[in-house]
Amino acid sequence: MVRFFAIRIFRALLTIVLVVTFAFVVLRLSGDPALMIMGPEAPPEVIAAFRKAWGLDDPIWMQYVDYFGAIAKGELGRSMRDGRPAIALVLERIPATLMLTLPALVFKVGIGIPGGIYAALHRGSAIDRVVMITAVAGFTVPGFVLALVLVLVFAVQLGWLPSGGQESWRHAILPVATLGLGGAAVLARFTRSAMLEVLGQPYIRTASAKGVPWRMVVTSHALPNAAIPTVTILGFMVGTLIAGAVVVESVFAWPGVGRLLVVAVANRDLAVVQCILLLVAMTMVSSNLIVDFLYGFLDPRLRAKGAQA
Amino acid sequence: MSPLVSIEGLSVAFNGVPVLHGVDLTLQTGEAIGLVGESGSGKSVTWLAALGLLPRHARVAGSVRLDGREILGAPQASLDQVRGGRVAMIFQDPASALNPVLTIRRQLCETLALHRGLSGDAVKAEAKRLLDLVGIPDAERRLSAYPHEFSGGQVQRIMIAMALAGQPDLLVADEPTTALDATIQAQILELLSQVRRETGMAMVLISHDLGVVAENCDRVAVMYAGRIVEQAPSAHLFADPWHPYAQGLIGALPPLDGPRRRLTAIPGTVPDPQKMPGGCSFAPRCGLVEQACLRAAPRLAPLGDGRTVACVNAEASRKALLGIAAE
Repeated sequence: MVRFFAIRIFRALLTIVLVVTFAFVVLRLSGDPALMIMGPEAPPEVIAAFRKAWGLDDPIWMQYVDYFGAIAKGELGRSMRDGRPAIALVLERIPATLMLTLPALVFKVGIGIPGGIYAALHRGSAIDRVVMITAVAGFTVPGFVLALVLVLVFAVQLGWLPSGGQESWRHAILPVATLGLGGAAVLARFTRSAMLEVLGQPYIRTASAKGVPWRMVVTSHALPNAAIPTVTILGFMVGTLIAGAVVVESVFAWPGVGRLLVVAVANRDLAVVQCILLLVAMTMVSSNLIVDFLYGFLDPRLRAKGAQA
Repeated sequence: MSPLVSIEGLSVAFNGVPVLHGVDLTLQTGEAIGLVGESGSGKSVTWLAALGLLPRHARVAGSVRLDGREILGAPQASLDQVRGGRVAMIFQDPASALNPVLTIRRQLCETLALHRGLSGDAVKAEAKRLLDLVGIPDAERRLSAYPHEFSGGQVQRIMIAMALAGQPDLLVADEPTTALDATIQAQILELLSQVRRETGMAMVLISHDLGVVAENCDRVAVMYAGRIVEQAPSAHLFADPWHPYAQGLIGALPPLDGPRRRLTAIPGTVPDPQKMPGGCSFAPRCGLVEQACLRAAPRLAPLGDGRTVACVNAEASRKALLGIAAE
């Protein structure tokens, strides 16, 4: 058991290292931060001074080593743009992002899971078809398209809701709906197919043959089994709480982590980008770890395998 | 004596394709009856339909009475009383028949709570007693184990314990030993007959293993393509089958004594349920087929000594067989 989780935690750390390395390489290859921040008209000596100040004229491997050394000490660097610690810039944006992603997650779970269960239990009914058509639509329409359609309908045509900004809770409705609808569709599809798979299993027939009322067959025999695949997708959704709203924040001019990331990438503000990526990698990886723990809790067969591993 | 279960004209169709064509079967209290036939002949479907366990797209018609009370199409609540309480069922693949994420205790106690109204310590004691009864060692501790921690034979024992938990009058055992190896098969069958001796419970043994049925059942019904074609006391049926299909089935068994002989196979294959012939469904494979066989499916007719046969040619068929044997 201990070894099972030790392996998983080691794998998680390795993932974080790889993500950070990848970000480092891609950002260095794709543009010079000095030119981006100082502007192309800046005199060469200013650019040289900027490079020296930020260690950009060191060999790339040395920059990489320094960068990891700093992370190990908990220093995530300063924004090249305004000189503030990158971590502070990122942390102050997190509440705004969570204001969108947390209600959206509640929406996804609250609509997607019951919708999927209902559709599975009434397979082939009119409601099942409506749920599935909605789910396919929500699944295939990209977030920015849905966002623009919602803005067109509810902000431009009907004038009920604001189209952007962060002044009141009403400003959050459209971005939350954009995030939530797509996610609810994905969850509904997954939950439905997980339920259908489980309902076709022989142990469901056994439960009915024992005289267990159908409602109890569903709640105490089918749901605990269907929860196993559903938790996987749910874990992925929890992992995107921090950075899952990049597109939506951009469309709705919402000052969250996602928009900070877009601006920082455009400016090659390395410290900020890397800080956000580190944070995203850590939330992803920790939600995956939680999913692994939950598997063990939900499925005794995996528990046994984990003990052997 | 009024029968425990009487099935009359039970028909089942899946998506408009009939798979069961009017099955008639009665079962006395405490009796053991074997249902034999090839895969797809409707042995399992008969009992799944009788207990309302078929998927919703199955169309079921006819009548199934338990102690004279109609249970086909009965309300869910009263069906739930019958299932597990009056009629219990065990299945072919025990490993997938138990819920993998629930402990044995949970699954056993569920039946005890539903049908015996037990709770608290009484449930636990009874669950332990049942596991002891079916021969699971260290029952107390093993109650907290999950199905994957048991062997195939043990899981079938647990299934039997679960079936007994509701103190049923009838146990329907649907190929209970098919997925198990030979030594375990014998143990499970011995357990079933021991349980029957102790409880006086009736049993339906669904199997395509004729030997198993011959040893464990008072009476045998042979099914072919969704119909019962012959029904007789076990000893009579195996010694002297009348229906050409029953003769074919038994002719395909190697005899234990006497000189070695070539085993006979039934020519052809079971007809596709979508293209069932109009008359007797065995006619295309039958050596004694005549005009009358193609006009209408023969009904089961009593032929003395408790035997019923659905064949227009039963007498001739029997004589033909006796003739072959005499030669």
